[in-house]
Amino acid sequence: MSNYQLPPYGRIVPRSFLAAAAAVFMPAALYAGVTIHFAGDSDVDYISRPNDASATLQLFQQYWAAKSGDVDVYMIDVIWQGIAAAHATDLKKYVKDDEIKDFFPRIIENNTVKGKLVSLPLYTDAGVLYYRTDLLEKYGYKEPPKTWEELAEMAKKIQDGERQAGKADFQGFVFEGKASESVTCNAIEWVYSYGGGTIIDPDRKVTINNPNAIKALEAAKNWVGTISPQGVVSYGEEEARNIWQAGNAAFMRNWPYAYALGQDPKSVISGKFAATVVPKGGADGKNAACLGGWQLMVSAYSKNADAAADLARFLCSAEIQKRRAVDLSELPTRPEVYKDPDVLAKNPWFANAVDILNNAIARPSTVTGADYNQVSTVFFQSVNKVLTGGESSQQAVTDVERVAKRIVK
Amino acid sequence: MIKEIDLYARQKRLAWFLIMPSVIVVLLIIAYPTIQVLVYSLLKYKLDGVTPPSFVGFDNFAFVLSDPDWWSAVSNTLIFTVVSVALESILGLGIAMVANSKFKGRTLLRVAILVPWAIPTVVSAQVWRWMVNDIYGVVNIVLTDLHILPQKIAWLATPATALPVIIAVDVWKATPFMALLLLAGLQLIPKDLYEAGSIDGATKIRQFWAITLPLVTPTLLVALIFRTLDALRVFDIFYVMVGGQGNMATMAVYNQQQLISFLDAGVGSATSVIILIVIMLFVIMYTRFSRTSFE
Repeated sequence: MSNYQLPPYGRIVPRSFLAAAAAVFMPAALYAGVTIHFAGDSDVDYISRPNDASATLQLFQQYWAAKSGDVDVYMIDVIWQGIAAAHATDLKKYVKDDEIKDFFPRIIENNTVKGKLVSLPLYTDAGVLYYRTDLLEKYGYKEPPKTWEELAEMAKKIQDGERQAGKADFQGFVFEGKASESVTCNAIEWVYSYGGGTIIDPDRKVTINNPNAIKALEAAKNWVGTISPQGVVSYGEEEARNIWQAGNAAFMRNWPYAYALGQDPKSVISGKFAATVVPKGGADGKNAACLGGWQLMVSAYSKNADAAADLARFLCSAEIQKRRAVDLSELPTRPEVYKDPDVLAKNPWFANAVDILNNAIARPSTVTGADYNQVSTVFFQSVNKVLTGGESSQQAVTDVERVAKRIVK
Repeated sequence: MIKEIDLYARQKRLAWFLIMPSVIVVLLIIAYPTIQVLVYSLLKYKLDGVTPPSFVGFDNFAFVLSDPDWWSAVSNTLIFTVVSVALESILGLGIAMVANSKFKGRTLLRVAILVPWAIPTVVSAQVWRWMVNDIYGVVNIVLTDLHILPQKIAWLATPATALPVIIAVDVWKATPFMALLLLAGLQLIPKDLYEAGSIDGATKIRQFWAITLPLVTPTLLVALIFRTLDALRVFDIFYVMVGGQGNMATMAVYNQQQLISFLDAGVGSATSVIILIVIMLFVIMYTRFSRTSFE
C-alpha cells in the first residue's frame, strides 16, 4: 500500500492518506468530515458525525452556510447532491473522464448536478432483507419470503413459536421506523413494491396520493405490535440491528453493513443468516431496494482543494473499495470490484448485488434538489404518524402530496 | 431657583452617563438581533448560500399559522408547561419545607436534591431515553417483573405515553431548582410569626395557609416566572427523547427544524417572533397577577 500511485497522474500518496484510509475502515458512523493540514505532526483529522443521517445533514449545512473552510472533504449521502452542489468543488477539474468511467454510471449521473461532478462515490447501498436461515428451517420454510404477506405470516409463526419456547423478547421483523431519513428509505420500498411509485416521479409529477401507496402504508402499520415491536417507530438502523444481532429477530430490513457485523465470529448469529432482496407487495408487486450510499465531496471553501481531491480519489480507488467490501461488507461503486474473488468469498451474496443495484429505486432527490430535505421530512413524519396510529394512511399521503406539490410546482 | 435646575440637569446628565454602558450593551446584544429577526421574518430567505432574499410581507407568518404541525407544537408546549410547572411547584414547596426543618443530615439532603439539576439536560434525557427503551429499558423490566404492567410498553412511541414520560423527566430534573428557590423564601419568614401562631392555637395546617403560603408567595412567583419561561422554550428534552417525530415537537423544536433542518431563515424567524409574542403574553399575565397581589 505504501507506494500506491494515483492513476492516471502517478502521484505517490502521502503517508497521511494511508492514515486516512485506515480511519475509514472504521464503521461508517465514526467518520464524516476530513480536515487536511500541512503543518504540524498530524496531517489529517477526522470529524465524527451523528449516526443519524438527518442530524448529520444539519451539522454539515451549518458548515456550508458559514462558508467554513474548516473541513476539506465531506462524506455526503447519495440524496444530498442537490443540497450540497453549491458548496462543492467540481471534481471534473481533478478527475479525468477515464477514471470517472470506472464507476457505476448511474451513481455518477446522480452525483452530477447541472454538469458539475459534486462528489465521488465511496460506497453504495441498497436496502436488503436479512433472514435467519436456522429459524426458517426450524419452522419448515425452504425459502425466504417473496412477498410482504408471506413475510408477515412467517414472522408471526416464528415469533409465536420462539416466544412460547421462552424467548419473551423475540420479534418477527425489525426495520427502521424512526421519524428520520431511515423510515423514508424503508417506506419508499413498501410504497414502490406495491406499485405506488416514488413520491415524485422523475418528470416532476407528485404521485404519492394513490391507492397502492395507501395499501403499502396500511400493511406496514399492521406489522407494528404484531410482528414488530411497538417501539420500532423509534428505531434507526442501529436500534434494529441491536435486536437482530442479539438473535432476537427472525427478519430485518437493513443496509449491507449489517452483514459483516452479523457474520463476525463473535456474533451469536454468525453463520445463521443470509441476505436477499426486499419482498414484493403482493404477488404482482415489484422488488424494491432503496438506493443509498455515501460519497466524498471536496468543499468549495477548502483551502487545500488539490490535496483534498487527491484524498477523495484515493479513498474511492479500487484497492480501498476492495478492502472496505471485504472488511465492512460495503457495496463497491466500481463494477470491477464485484468480480474480485476475495470480495465474493467474504460476501457470497454480492454476486446478485449488481442486479439489486441496477433495479434499486432512487429517492426523489434529483427533482427536488436543495428542497429534498423538506419533502423527505414531511414523508417520514407522516409515515411515522401512520405507524404510531396518530394519522390515517389517506391523511398521510394527502399531507405529503400538499408539501411536495408546493416544492416541485 | 436657577441653581436648583442646574443641579437637576447635571444630575440627569450624570445618570445618563452612568447607564450609558449598559444601554449600549443592551442595544448591541438584544435590540440588534431582535430587530434583525423581525426583518428576516418578512423575507423569503433560504440559507443555502445561493438564493438571494426577497421581501414577502407576512407570508411566513401565514405559513406557520396554517401549519397543523405548528399548532400541535403549541399544544404540546402548553400542556408540558402547565403540568410540569404545577407539579414542580407543589413538589418543590414540599421538599423546601422538609429541607427547612431541623433534622440530622439536613446539609446532605440539601446537596443531594440538587443532583438532577446539576446534570446537563442532554445527558439526563439520553439516560432516561435508554431507561424507558421498549425492549431493554430498566423501567419496563422492573414494571413487568413486578406484574404492574402485563407487557412492555414503547413509552416514547406515541404522544399519549411520551408526553407524560417527558413531563416526569422534567419534574425530576427541575423540582430541585424550585425547591432551592423556595427554601430561600422560607428562610426569610420570621420564626416568631409561627410562635405567635402556636400561642393563638393555630394548627400546623392553619399556620401553613395563614403564614407560610402568603409569605412565600413573592418567591414562588419569581420561581414560577423562571420555570414557565424555561418550559415554554423547552427544546433539549424533546429533541433528545422524541426528536424528529412530527406530532411530538415543541415550539422551539419546530423553530429549530425550520431554521436548521430546512435552512429557512424567513419561516424560522417568523416562528421566533410568534414564540416571542406567546412568551410576552405569559410575562404580562404574571406581572399583572403579581401587582394585584401586592399593591
